[in-house]
Amino acid sequence: MSNRISPREFERLALPHLEAAYSLARWLTHNETDAEDVVQNAYLRAYKYSSSFSGQNFRAWLLAIVRNAAYDWLRDNRMPELVSDIDVDELTDIADPAPLADDPETVLLRKADHGIVNDLLAGLPSHLREVLILRELQELSYREIADIIAVPIGTVMSRLSRARVQLLADGQRRLKEASHD
Amino acid sequence: MTSEDWLQAQAVGPLIRTYARRDKVPPGLAERIGVALEAEARQAPRTTAAFRPRRVWRPLALAASLLLTISLASGTTWFVTESRQQTAFADELVASYARSRLTDHVTDIPSSDQHTVRPWLAARLDIAPPVFDFADRGFPLLGGRLDYVNHKVVGVTVYKRGLHVINVFSWPVNQPFALPATTPASLRGYNLRSWTAGGFTFWAVSDADPKQLEKLEARFCAALPTRTSSLEKVPSRKPTSTALYIDMAQLTPSPAAAELRLLPPSAHE
Repeated sequence: MSNRISPREFERLALPHLEAAYSLARWLTHNETDAEDVVQNAYLRAYKYSSSFSGQNFRAWLLAIVRNAAYDWLRDNRMPELVSDIDVDELTDIADPAPLADDPETVLLRKADHGIVNDLLAGLPSHLREVLILRELQELSYREIADIIAVPIGTVMSRLSRARVQLLADGQRRLKEASHD
Repeated sequence: MTSEDWLQAQAVGPLIRTYARRDKVPPGLAERIGVALEAEARQAPRTTAAFRPRRVWRPLALAASLLLTISLASGTTWFVTESRQQTAFADELVASYARSRLTDHVTDIPSSDQHTVRPWLAARLDIAPPVFDFADRGFPLLGGRLDYVNHKVVGVTVYKRGLHVINVFSWPVNQPFALPATTPASLRGYNLRSWTAGGFTFWAVSDADPKQLEKLEARFCAALPTRTSSLEKVPSRKPTSTALYIDMAQLTPSPAAAELRLLPPSAHE
């Protein structure tokens, strides 16, 4: 498609994904107002470049733009949190899942609540957090996630498992600390 | 990762699905995006991208409307759903009206001063829809509101008639917008009426009697220059006429939309 589509047509395609877009932006920016700005920005960007949409998967294309907009925002507004160009997947094991207590996932499952899980997610580095959000919360396919974050499927899978391990390890540490208090 | 780690990691999915925050879209975000897109579309010179194909499609659309049995490869679905679209449009207007009454949020800007309401709307719509205070003729102005109809932000002016509230939605007649040719004059107990005047198409929705809407239309038409264009049917004051502005091209997809519809299903998920 060489020409830009009308705003109305674009809205018809893009508004159904607004919740997914907002959720992703919200989890990446940690903030409601910023997430709104990011999403609005991203939708505008997507509209401007709608002619570059190749016609494969609109949702993945759109969410990739939302994600980029969120990282741009983080880069511009603070957050040494993430953004470096080093390949995060080259880093060696981050979490130390070694000293796990007995049946830790059961303990965590029993003790978990909304506050704990949200904190744990928010505490993950963003490249791990985003794959968990896209996979577990939005239930996208590996293929879609790979398209959105622009890495091979294998990388998606390895990040996912590292994200899970680290989230569990962080959770156990937290429970342990809580029991010492 | 050991297999033990793997097993433990499997607990994370349920944990997240059960407890993680699921964000709802904040109210108003879709509308703000709509406004931003409109502004962007207006700003960028559209060359002929949006309009040239329409001219090609218009005769096709008209042909489809005249020959009921004709089957165009990609046009058929649209033709079949056209009356459904009309009802859906009327439905949205009625829903907007009913919602505003239910939530007791009839106006965003309560004012009986047309010189307050009009600029308020104009600032948010980039067009200035006609606003009147017909208090001396039985339709006092209550204020204005923004709503979202047919994927577009629309200005609503609110009038009072006795105990009833009347919503008047307005769009510039040249705006690409699906306006039904034959809309129900009443829907789920609410009355609808549409007319064209002063370059705008108006839709009134109310729980008031149809006669009252007719009177309001007469007030509007008296206050605004009547537009005569080949696209409009002129006798807009005829009690029976509900739809006055028909543009079949607006009811059909532009080629861009048609193209997008041909994408594999995954593109629409």
